[in-house]
Amino acid sequence: MRTPVFILVQIAIAAALYFSLRAIGNDYLFFLGYTVLQFVVLATAWNILGGYCGYVNFGSSGFFAIGVYTSVFLYTVGQSLDDLFPASIAGPLHAIFPLPVPVDVVFGGIVAGLVGLGTGYLTLRLRGVFFAIATLALAIVLQTFVVNWSFVGGSRGAYIIPPDKVPVFGPYIEFLFALMLALVIIALTTARLIERSRLGVGFATIRDDELAAEACGVPTLKLKLIATVLSGALMGMAGAPFPFYIGYVEPGSAFDLSYAVNSIAMPMIGGTTSWVGPMIGALLLGTLQQIATVTISSAVNLLIVGLLLIGFVIVAPNGIVGLWQGWMRKRSRA
Amino acid sequence: MDLQLDLLINAIIAGLLIGGFYAAVTAGISISFGMLDIVNIAHPAFIILGSYIAYIVNARLGIDPIVTSIVMLPAFYVLGAAVYQIYYQSFEKRGQESLRGLAFFFGVLFVTEVCLLLVFGVDYRSVSAPYIGSSISFAHMEFPLRLLVPCAVSLAMFAALEIFLSRTFIGRAVMAVSQDPQALRLMAVDPTRIKRIAFGISIATASMAGAFLIIIQPVIPSVGRDYIGRIFAICVLGGLGSLPGTLIAALLLGVIESITSVFYGPSWAPAVSFGILLLTLAVRPSGLLGR
Repeated sequence: MRTPVFILVQIAIAAALYFSLRAIGNDYLFFLGYTVLQFVVLATAWNILGGYCGYVNFGSSGFFAIGVYTSVFLYTVGQSLDDLFPASIAGPLHAIFPLPVPVDVVFGGIVAGLVGLGTGYLTLRLRGVFFAIATLALAIVLQTFVVNWSFVGGSRGAYIIPPDKVPVFGPYIEFLFALMLALVIIALTTARLIERSRLGVGFATIRDDELAAEACGVPTLKLKLIATVLSGALMGMAGAPFPFYIGYVEPGSAFDLSYAVNSIAMPMIGGTTSWVGPMIGALLLGTLQQIATVTISSAVNLLIVGLLLIGFVIVAPNGIVGLWQGWMRKRSRA
Repeated sequence: MDLQLDLLINAIIAGLLIGGFYAAVTAGISISFGMLDIVNIAHPAFIILGSYIAYIVNARLGIDPIVTSIVMLPAFYVLGAAVYQIYYQSFEKRGQESLRGLAFFFGVLFVTEVCLLLVFGVDYRSVSAPYIGSSISFAHMEFPLRLLVPCAVSLAMFAALEIFLSRTFIGRAVMAVSQDPQALRLMAVDPTRIKRIAFGISIATASMAGAFLIIIQPVIPSVGRDYIGRIFAICVLGGLGSLPGTLIAALLLGVIESITSVFYGPSWAPAVSFGILLLTLAVRPSGLLGR
């Protein structure tokens, strides 16, 4: 399937999903769907670096929170224009602010991508585990900064009041849902494009044998940095609409470790070698968690994710996609 | 005496005492990550497990947490050996330790934390012992016993570990396995067995570190996360696999963190370890006493 056709198919599926949920007419389904779609973006983004290059990022919650707090920052700036700027500048700025959420998404992506670039530049020249450790610590440090930064609410948190209705879309949550659908399309298309390009081949050589790749003239550091920036930016984009979804953010919820765990567990469970795996993992695990949160408890649902992650990496290293391919191979032989 | 100077001296003393404790926390990682090349990011989870065991025994029977942790050493050793066996069979043997092995330990870290959360809830737990709360004063300097006792025991444990590694046959084999497992095999030693023993020891140190932790501060299940950045910063700064380097780095981090929290506020302290980690990786990746 060619890329334009692939995008059209995705848009068709997205539109079908959107209008069928609207036909049911229950807002809760939009809230639920938003969370699951958010995990599809996060899992796909993680997989660009983790699955294609073989570099583990433990700091997904950090990159996600960068997006969240970029939005909070821009929103707060919009709220306090008259205090921040002299009247001559504040006047025209009132015409621009409050920024529409898609603009926040772009900014969230840019900031998260830059942080990914910085961290990657310092640690990716060394052995892979140093990058993993640095990302683990990165989330904690970013949280420290946000806690100490009173402009975006500090440890008290910040309230974001989204408008009640949006033209065309109606209720705000339906607009956010549509936005997340668009982000899913962007993420999946990016991942699929990478897989089929020279870039993807380069990534695969890094994953399989970095030393040999380097010796053959593959610019490994450059490729790793590209992957880190793309992956980080997509995570930031996934985080940017979050404050408008939840209405109130504090560092503990934005930097929740469950984002990091989920964005590793979903590709691992789905399968890391292609864009299909993370999507399947996120759809399955995301829906399962929503059901478990409602019916059992949110702590138990995290336990399920952790146990599934451990189980899959031990028993089925190539995830559901790997199991499926193995089964198909067996059937065709029989 | 000048108040600022007084504060500074006391901050340095507290930092050194905390640093002694950090050394115990990092000792296990120094063995598993530094010598065996196993990136055990779940190490803090085992430390918190040690804390909670010390807490239960202390609350029920009133036994000193350090005594409990010494009694629990064999159990932690067996636990560590078992975890290594799973790790070896599932990942190391297949050459998949870089991606799936890391994810495995991350899962272990997370599952342990959630289990403790389900059993004990999010309340802060602490222990009682005769030395908690009192302190020795000397001139203008304060030595709180709740920091001094863990620091002293931790240094003793560290010394014992160093002697074991440099003087005994198995200890030297552990050092050797990090350098050349093939050569070790030629000496008729099974590298997997040596690694299993070493990993067991590294988890055993978590039992004692856990007891120290709950003496020093009240513990909740998620507190382990704060230590991930610290232990790896210390381990990298000290130089991978070098116990003396680890000790120096631990004391250094303790002092810098303590000074930061006294003069800039405790909410900034977690950023220190990350700064040190990045700086070390950028300037001198082999660490202070690295090979």
